Amino acid sequence: MKSKRLLVPYVAWMLVFTLIPLGVVVYFAFTDAATGRFTLENLSDLGVYLPIFLRSIFLSLISAGICLLIGYPVAYTIAQAPVKRQRFLSMLVMLPMCMSFLLRTLAWVAMLEDTGIINSVVTALGLEPLPLIRTNGAVILGMVYNYLPYMITPLYTVMMKIDHRLVEAAQDLGCDSTQVFTKVILPLSVPGIVSGITMVFVPAVSTFYISQKLGSTGTTMIGDVIESQFKTAYNPNLGAALSLVMMILIFVCIGFMNRFSDDDEEGVVTP
Amino acid sequence: MKRFTRIFTILVFIFLYLPMIVLAVASFNSGTDIALFKGFTLSRYSELFHDSALLALLGNSFLIAVLSSLIATVLGTMAAVGLHNARGRLRSAVMTLTNIPMTNPDIVTGVSLALLFAFVGVVMKINSILGFWTLLIAHITFNLPYVILSVLPKLAQMDPDLEDAAMDLGCTPAQAFFKVILHDIMPGVISGFMMAFTMSLDDFVISYFVTGSSFITLPVEIYNYTKKPIHPKVYALFTLMFLAILVLMVVMNLLQGRDADRKMRKRGART
Repeated sequence: MKSKRLLVPYVAWMLVFTLIPLGVVVYFAFTDAATGRFTLENLSDLGVYLPIFLRSIFLSLISAGICLLIGYPVAYTIAQAPVKRQRFLSMLVMLPMCMSFLLRTLAWVAMLEDTGIINSVVTALGLEPLPLIRTNGAVILGMVYNYLPYMITPLYTVMMKIDHRLVEAAQDLGCDSTQVFTKVILPLSVPGIVSGITMVFVPAVSTFYISQKLGSTGTTMIGDVIESQFKTAYNPNLGAALSLVMMILIFVCIGFMNRFSDDDEEGVVTP
Repeated sequence: MKRFTRIFTILVFIFLYLPMIVLAVASFNSGTDIALFKGFTLSRYSELFHDSALLALLGNSFLIAVLSSLIATVLGTMAAVGLHNARGRLRSAVMTLTNIPMTNPDIVTGVSLALLFAFVGVVMKINSILGFWTLLIAHITFNLPYVILSVLPKLAQMDPDLEDAAMDLGCTPAQAFFKVILHDIMPGVISGFMMAFTMSLDDFVISYFVTGSSFITLPVEIYNYTKKPIHPKVYALFTLMFLAILVLMVVMNLLQGRDADRKMRKRGART
């Protein structure tokens, strides 16, 4: 019983540095930058940013979809491997996440640039250089590359737990390998799919830097706008309003996604 | 089909490590353009070890990572033990609090803490509050959930009679914790610490918002670099850090493997 007291420092810390800061965001979103009075102007000014919001959601959903298509067979292959190799492979999936995200993105810039690595190969073959960088495709590539591990890990965690006797039972009852997949493995991996999509979508929709480096002014994302409000335009009130709307958007998305899986198990990233 | 998914998986792993290869190759490049390999040199590495400013930034990153992950590990392990014994509404309330920084995008965590610190700065009449302490607080905050979520499962696996047995044999609750419980959950504590450490070492987004010019870490400086051409010694640093993290993860992997083997044997002995 007494051990509940051990929670006190943690709960106090989290209240002060997690919950109260969110309250401060709400406070800033509803106050005027100059007078400090209550206002709805910051929120009503957000209409201009609607196209950017929509673009961020659109690009992130496409990235999450591509991550699912790429990540699913990879997670399945890892889950089928012998246990020792499984541990090693899932470590290899996780490793890139520990390395500087900025430098890895810069490496993609070096590959995709007009005079970059890919284009120097293309021109050496006597072809016209390809327009790779400063496109929606480059931004999606950057997001897929950066967030793919967040898709593979929860998928693998769920697939690893699938009872192999279920697969055998399905085979005994006359399922061919396609039916085993569509009737047993796919339905059982839905929780992994849901948490994978969430774990890719949330960082993707709020990202900044990727679109600054790989995109153009036409691919600005909402994270870039928030960053500029705090770092260059010095309008924290508008930045807070943008953050607030993005937070609500993400909570709605997560709530919507969770309706697809009644399983409350979470695909938390653990190495 | 199986062969196809296997080849596909190998291609995805190549995709994941492509930027690492580009950066590692660039660290041996005698030219300064990352996309154009002029010739082989090791001078980038000696330049790196003579650049005391860059090494000082790396030192800052390590200082914050060590301090924040140690504090988070102590606070988080205490909280996990408390949470393990909590039930009902208290438990679900604390879990919700733990999940806030996990589901909130990094940019919102960074912005909300930056606004809190700005608020406190105004109240306390401190001009530039952003620096070492604000950075440390932010890192502890985002590290805490990782520790809790990796210790909790270990507590759940623990035999609940062990604590009672220790106390029956005359341990005080504190002795029972340090001699019995802590020993049993140690793998979870260590992996929580390691995860917090790597997250903290590489964090850019949150650090970028909560630190000022008085205390800068390596990722924040790399972001400032990217506005001007980046010096190749940074690639040398990246390559060395990649190797260090690779070794760290392989060691962790082997330790976890040993832990799993031991558990297997224990289970075998019991039945």
